[in-house]
Amino acid sequence: MSESLPISTTGLVKRYGDIAAVNGVDLTVERGDVFGYLGPNGAGKTTLLRILLGLIRPTSGSAKLFGRDPLVDGVRALDGVAGFVEGPRFYSYLSGRKNLELLADYDGDGARSRIDSVLELVELRDRAKDRVGGYSHGMRQRLGIASSLLRQPRLLLLDEPTTGLDPAGMRDMRDLVRRLAGEGITILLSSHLLNEVEDLCNRVAIIRKGGIVYEGPLNELLATAATGYRLRATDPERARVVLLSQGGVDGVSLVEGQLRFTADEEAVGRAAIALGQARIGITALIPETASLEELFLGLTGGESSDHDREAIVA
Amino acid sequence: MTAAVAKVYRWEIAKLLAQKRTYLGLVSAMAVPLIFVVVLVLQSGGPNDVPLGRYIRDTGLATPFVVLFFMSIWGFPLITALVAGDIVASESQNGTLKTILTRSRSRGEIFVGKILASITYTLVIVFAMGIVGAVAGSIAWGFHPLTSLSGTQVSAAHGVALLAGSLALYVLPLAGIAAFAVLLSTVTRNSAAAVVGALMWALLMQLLGVLPGTEAIRPYLLGTQFEAWHGFLRIPADWTPVIRALWVCALYIAAPLATAYVVFLRRDVAGD
Repeated sequence: MSESLPISTTGLVKRYGDIAAVNGVDLTVERGDVFGYLGPNGAGKTTLLRILLGLIRPTSGSAKLFGRDPLVDGVRALDGVAGFVEGPRFYSYLSGRKNLELLADYDGDGARSRIDSVLELVELRDRAKDRVGGYSHGMRQRLGIASSLLRQPRLLLLDEPTTGLDPAGMRDMRDLVRRLAGEGITILLSSHLLNEVEDLCNRVAIIRKGGIVYEGPLNELLATAATGYRLRATDPERARVVLLSQGGVDGVSLVEGQLRFTADEEAVGRAAIALGQARIGITALIPETASLEELFLGLTGGESSDHDREAIVA
Repeated sequence: MTAAVAKVYRWEIAKLLAQKRTYLGLVSAMAVPLIFVVVLVLQSGGPNDVPLGRYIRDTGLATPFVVLFFMSIWGFPLITALVAGDIVASESQNGTLKTILTRSRSRGEIFVGKILASITYTLVIVFAMGIVGAVAGSIAWGFHPLTSLSGTQVSAAHGVALLAGSLALYVLPLAGIAAFAVLLSTVTRNSAAAVVGALMWALLMQLLGVLPGTEAIRPYLLGTQFEAWHGFLRIPADWTPVIRALWVCALYIAAPLATAYVVFLRRDVAGD
């Protein structure tokens, strides 16, 4: 029943002058999804999250969280929903615990009794008495998760939760997200990091210039990409001839002594046997694994910035 | 006050208590009467041309009344604006506004909590000045009967009651300045612009009051209401300026707050 969907948006538009930051977005996130909202910087990811959290008003269309529209139901639409946009922000002159106490009092519903357990979960209990002004970026991100969990959310909206974290911090944050998803919390994760989305999400929407260019299961998206291989062999010329004769092997090319081709796993197996029978040694057979990146760049018109591309490849 | 607003209000006060600018204003408000008394103890002259100025050395109770006059020009308006102008804008600038708006309190409840905290602060600084002034003055010149503006003397206890009423009345025009500062704070989302803008507004009100040709509107200017307490200091009390201050200030408070409320309820909270 659509009324109980964690997130459903219909024809959602947000314009700033002539620019449509969100352009006709129809989005459905189902219970239990870890939904990746992927796009280059400036594609409108944060704007959508702001609309969902009731921070900004859409120009047209509707957004509903568990059937409630923030525009109509106000803050009641956020019952069972938590999250942050553009990184969590806190009162730097108050301690981490005081910040959580403030937010717990704003939430009511026994949230204060959960402060110790959420601090424990994000491993901030030892630093809870320190002012947030002295916290590292990673600690603030973790405090952001803790403050969200005070609300015992059924839906968590996270905007680039690992941005700015060091590799260990990124790993910890992803472990945390995975753990929360394992507890049955539906998660909408906005990100421009493909490996993060690939690692955590079961469904994705890829957006470009405010509009969705793909929405669906991640594995279906990956399946649309032809699987490519690189092959190095003792006799590349003869290997090329053998590959050309194999059914299911396409796009064979030989560049600087290295062969490239596309094939499914079964055809690759048969080709390897044929090469062996032709007494051609295989020195390397490497599957091309960056397919989601290629898909992403293809769908978004390759418009991610250099910074994004570095991050994507990382 | 609903329980929800009470919680927001309590935290607004806690936030004020954790910020340096709060104490900057409070300490200033308490330091002025102290400095005033010390200077008058060391010198022989006095502020003879301001209300109650000539009785300054007769009783410590006269001190806060005289300081009220001097601080109405820009001292109290500045201290008031310093906090009220910051109360929404700083949260916009620091991004904490979106943190609190995505919890379970409505925008209306948050706004009311902030307004109540701003007015509480104004009340506290005025009464802190009054208490420090009365105590410091009494130490210097004794706790004696007060000479009213009508020239008759009232007992020291009666003088204290008049002081409390006068301070409370004096808070009203300051609340008008606070309301304007909150409006600027909400609309501009810039703390400095709101503080300076509110101070300019207060000074403009004072300026209009002294310009020739403004006699007809003078009773209805915000600046004029800083003198409404003179009505209490007459024997018998002159209620005309007091009652006028009540409704004039109510308008100066309500109009900016109503505007700010609508803006706060409807505004987009994006990356400021």
